[in-house]
Amino acid sequence: MAQVDVSHVSKVHISAQGEPLLALHDVSFQVEKNEFFSIVGPSGCGKTTLLNLLAGFEQPTRGDLRVSGKTISRPGWERAVVFQEYALFPWYTVKENVRYGLRRKRLPEAEQRRMVDHYIRLVGLRGFETRYPRELSGGMRQRVSIARALAVNPSILLMDEPFASLDVQTREYMQDELLKIWQRERQTVIFVTHSIDEAIKLSDRIAIMTQRPGRVDEIKTVEFARPRDPENPAMVHLAAEVKRWLQRQISESERAAAQ
Amino acid sequence: MTSVAPYPQTAGGGEAVAPEVVLAASMVPPPRPRWMRIVGELSHLWLLLVLIVVWEFASRFGQSINPQLDVMLPPPTAVFSAAQDLWARGVLITHIVDSLRRVLIAVGTAALLGIPLGLAMGWFEKFRTAVDPVIEFIRPIPPLAWIPLSILWFGIGDTQIEYIIFLAAFFPVVLNSRAGARDIDTYLVRAGLSLGATPRDLFFTVILPGALPNIFTGLRVALGIGWMALVAGELVAAPSGLGYLINNARTLFRSDYILLGMVLIGALGLILDYIMRQLIRLLMPWHKGQ
Repeated sequence: MAQVDVSHVSKVHISAQGEPLLALHDVSFQVEKNEFFSIVGPSGCGKTTLLNLLAGFEQPTRGDLRVSGKTISRPGWERAVVFQEYALFPWYTVKENVRYGLRRKRLPEAEQRRMVDHYIRLVGLRGFETRYPRELSGGMRQRVSIARALAVNPSILLMDEPFASLDVQTREYMQDELLKIWQRERQTVIFVTHSIDEAIKLSDRIAIMTQRPGRVDEIKTVEFARPRDPENPAMVHLAAEVKRWLQRQISESERAAAQ
Repeated sequence: MTSVAPYPQTAGGGEAVAPEVVLAASMVPPPRPRWMRIVGELSHLWLLLVLIVVWEFASRFGQSINPQLDVMLPPPTAVFSAAQDLWARGVLITHIVDSLRRVLIAVGTAALLGIPLGLAMGWFEKFRTAVDPVIEFIRPIPPLAWIPLSILWFGIGDTQIEYIIFLAAFFPVVLNSRAGARDIDTYLVRAGLSLGATPRDLFFTVILPGALPNIFTGLRVALGIGWMALVAGELVAAPSGLGYLINNARTLFRSDYILLGMVLIGALGLILDYIMRQLIRLLMPWHKGQ
């Protein structure tokens, strides 16, 4: 049985004007344990909604999301989330932010300290333990956020466009770091992004979503060994194929909207 | 000139300081000693002092043209000698202590009741929709209008005065705490929940610290308004206090006493606000508005 099972999920949002909007329509897919699974799609396709459902922040209108056979009913540390805008607690230092989930789990003090040390080292933030988030750069904040999520030892790491607001160099560096961490810690990762190149660089499989209403029409498997060379012709070919496919989707939906 | 002390190489507890911190410290002058920082802060009062000097000269010059100005606008020196006079008779300190005590008790009570009420209103929508009309109904009623009833309820004395000040201070505390709890970033709440926070954890680790800047704004406004309400509170039948001093001096035509009461209220307000800002720095080291 797959670790994550999303079956026939639809989600209706009610707009500010009171109109119902179909954000997700009949989405189904499975994610295996220890898999790096990406969800790619144009902005507004409902991929963040999908992640919110997986996190338990929202409930599906139709369908069912299960983790290890149990329906997701509320947020919890087994599915830790890394947000695009970091969502670090501004009133806590780096150390206290990373420790947040460990305290909630009521681990013994010494164990907490050891884990905090380990994860701060893992994301390369030694020497910054007592800084506040506002004193850090974007890339460093996102590393704190990753350390905070990893520290609770989740079975699944949910990442919502975590590198979208970073500059290109930092983003690539963070992607490499994330891969290294993932290869060491071996959590299941569900990674939402609008960047096809990012998804191809990182993932085992990629779910491609269509524009509103969001549907998962196709799941691509990326079989290249890591670390991946983005200039590898086979990868360039795959990226081009996915891009063409998405392009076609967008122009089709625009044609449909024009009629 | 003060001697330039070498920057400490190790922090308390023998923990090693990161090399870049040492490097950064070597490029800037060492932190100024505490007394210099206090002098620096006091120097911000220069404009206030200039205005007092201008007042002195304006008043004296005015009297040479119109002798009635002696009563209409006594100079600061006259206010100062009024203060010396009242101090010598031992009543000034009573006025100050009584008023200060009433304001602090009233604003403290407003904080004790208003902060939890405001936070609950900000957090629970159903509670908010029920309580909002009640609050907005009572809020526009001026504290002065409560004086007759409050005397019937509490009689003449400290409680009645404190009640009037409390009424003035309560609403800014409630409304600011409410806004603080409402404005909390959804992502922080979600981050807390996804890291295993219980509702109780969420209150103490997300809502309360997140609302703290607004709560302190509310308390600062409440202290200011509390002093404003003091004169109204002590208007009718107070046996002491700065408001009483002003009202009593009015009947005696002693404008130097009136000005003394006004100046002291202003000075106490300034000092309390300074203490509040120090408290904010202490309690919210993460906050940038320090």
